[in-house]
Amino acid sequence: MAKVKSLADLKRMKEELQSKMDLREKSNDPESLVQIKVAMATCGIASGAKEVMDFLIDVTAKRGIQTVVTQTGCMGYCYAEPTIEVKLPGKDPIVFGDVDIKKADEIVEKYIKNGELVDGIIPVNYKTIDN
Amino acid sequence: MHILICGGTGCRASASETIQNNLQETLKIKGLEDEVQVVMTGCFGFCEKGPIVKILPDNTFYTEVKPEDAEEIIEEHIIKGRKVMRLLYTDPEKKEVVSDSKHMNFYKKQIRIALRNCGFINPENIDEYISRDGYAALGKCLTDMTPRLVIDEIKASGLRGRGGGGFPTGLKWEFASKNKADQKYVVCNADEGDPGAFMDRSILEGDPHSVLEAMAICAYTMGATKGVIYIRAEYPLAIQRLKVAIKQAREYGLLGNDILGSGFSFDVEMRYGAGAFVCGEETALIHSMEGLRGEPTVKPPFPAESGYNGKPTNVNNVETFANIPVIINKGAAWFNKIGTEKSAGTKVFALAGKINNVGLIEVPMGTTLREVIYEIGGGIKDGKKFKAVQTGGPSGGCLTEKHLDTPIDFDNLIAVGSMMGSGGMIVMDEDDCMVSMAKFYLDFTVEESCGKCTPCRVGNKRLYELLNKITEGKGTKEDLDLLRNLSTVIKDTSLCGLGQTSPNPVLSTIENFYDEYIAHVEDHKCPAGQCKALMQYVIDPELCVGCTLCARNCPVDCIAGERKEAHVIDAASCIKCGTCMDKCKFNAISIK
Repeated sequence: MAKVKSLADLKRMKEELQSKMDLREKSNDPESLVQIKVAMATCGIASGAKEVMDFLIDVTAKRGIQTVVTQTGCMGYCYAEPTIEVKLPGKDPIVFGDVDIKKADEIVEKYIKNGELVDGIIPVNYKTIDN
Repeated sequence: MHILICGGTGCRASASETIQNNLQETLKIKGLEDEVQVVMTGCFGFCEKGPIVKILPDNTFYTEVKPEDAEEIIEEHIIKGRKVMRLLYTDPEKKEVVSDSKHMNFYKKQIRIALRNCGFINPENIDEYISRDGYAALGKCLTDMTPRLVIDEIKASGLRGRGGGGFPTGLKWEFASKNKADQKYVVCNADEGDPGAFMDRSILEGDPHSVLEAMAICAYTMGATKGVIYIRAEYPLAIQRLKVAIKQAREYGLLGNDILGSGFSFDVEMRYGAGAFVCGEETALIHSMEGLRGEPTVKPPFPAESGYNGKPTNVNNVETFANIPVIINKGAAWFNKIGTEKSAGTKVFALAGKINNVGLIEVPMGTTLREVIYEIGGGIKDGKKFKAVQTGGPSGGCLTEKHLDTPIDFDNLIAVGSMMGSGGMIVMDEDDCMVSMAKFYLDFTVEESCGKCTPCRVGNKRLYELLNKITEGKGTKEDLDLLRNLSTVIKDTSLCGLGQTSPNPVLSTIENFYDEYIAHVEDHKCPAGQCKALMQYVIDPELCVGCTLCARNCPVDCIAGERKEAHVIDAASCIKCGTCMDKCKFNAISIK
């Protein structure tokens, strides 16, 4: 991995990485990837997030859905762990709570495959520093 | 299209399930069931105006929806594409109808600054952090700002220490920068110990680079080259994520020698604590890092003068550090506009206890307890009555109904006899006994006192014994005076923050719930029904039909009575297990 040698380097790198992420986030191309983030802080893992993440990686591969499954930190919804965020190409990300393996399967089959929402959505209730 | 219905406790109580059924029925009649899905969601947090129905993709937000409105929503909105105006939310200040939830004031109650990346980026991938402006603040400081300018910026931002004390961070940095030495240290205090607080763990697990970046910035201002993170060994995941982050930052040259070609060098190592509450106090923490007993020492000398290994040291808490990069990137003026005059920015709270949406929230300073509990927290569990909220953990106090509209900031909380602490918020309902609550915290402080000062070591133990006596119904009114006097002595004569604040739960419960203490010592009753020794199970002879079910199930055979005649419990032998009450089919048994 190349070292970051100056602020200019860092800025260039940020632009590159951001456009890469933007491409992933803002693309309307139906062929682009489904992104799933699993909240994997201690609380999430204790409620079974790891099993859910393994399941999601496994099942999306088996069913031939192009997906990026990544881990992230605590989303703050401790009452509804494990939580996952699913971002379908061209759509706003949606957070689902209380995702066990059964629920994860339902989300893959209904929401990811057909765009049908399923119960257990957690509405966004905060603003970010960007807006 | 999608129709979302709130399935939170509050909305369910006002028939959101019936609304869901009605919507589905209507869709079926209109033959739209394949095109429109009706989905139940978690709490929108807007319980006051529930039940909530939201239509996607246009984000229309209907409030106070009734089951009979279902048809109109389908008919008008879904089929004809016209919004049902009377169900839209009206902004109480602007008196305007708001149809899109994104523009509602309500949803601006939480702002995520310290938690900006938590639950958003992969914490084990430095690229994701960099793509979200990560290390840009460090770059800006090293390239465009002098240490003096950085300190001035932090001072101007009004940031105060988030670990509990609320000391101005910029000032702390300034002190450490002024002391000359051949070696200085930056320490991150990740010894999070308040029962119920877990924001520091969440930040380290979700966004470890933000802390590393801030430590480097701090080091630059004071001329330090070494950083140490003091973290509890009981946080294995946070430790692992930090290790990954430190390794990646070193690979990228963002830690190590000559960072970003500026000539500035800085590196970070970790020290593991064994989980002692007192080590959150900075002098005790430093002694623990040095391999000594975790005991506090008198200040001055302050760590800024003589800290780790006798060198100038700056200690900040995790959440404080997490705010730094944003302040540098967005400017002190931006940060200072958020929050109240004397407490700028936001605070992360860990909501726990008898509240529906247990979780981690971040609100601007000045938000009221009512907003936090009822709007963000979704209200009290099972529709019970709010009784008190404990803030500041074992060092804080409890706040009651009358404090619900107090804007939360450092000074206001102290003024009402509690404190910010690290941000734990434990909500209690009518079933919680305040004497037992105080006893719980004293149990904790007795366990955690380092033993150095007599008032804290012995005094807290005596406080605990007095409280225990009261919960057993053996207390007297004189004990209440003793509790007060002893508390004051402990506060006045202890060396560190632990002893100076440990009687707070006792004092604030006596202050706010004096009647409850009196009930314990005079009537020998626990109004909340929590103190076992003071409970008495009694059978109402009017309601008892003499079915003998209770007597047959009593494990200690203390219920007597003939068939078809009222039964009686022998209070002396009763072990208060509650089995009889569970078994009785006629609600004839109650607790007195």
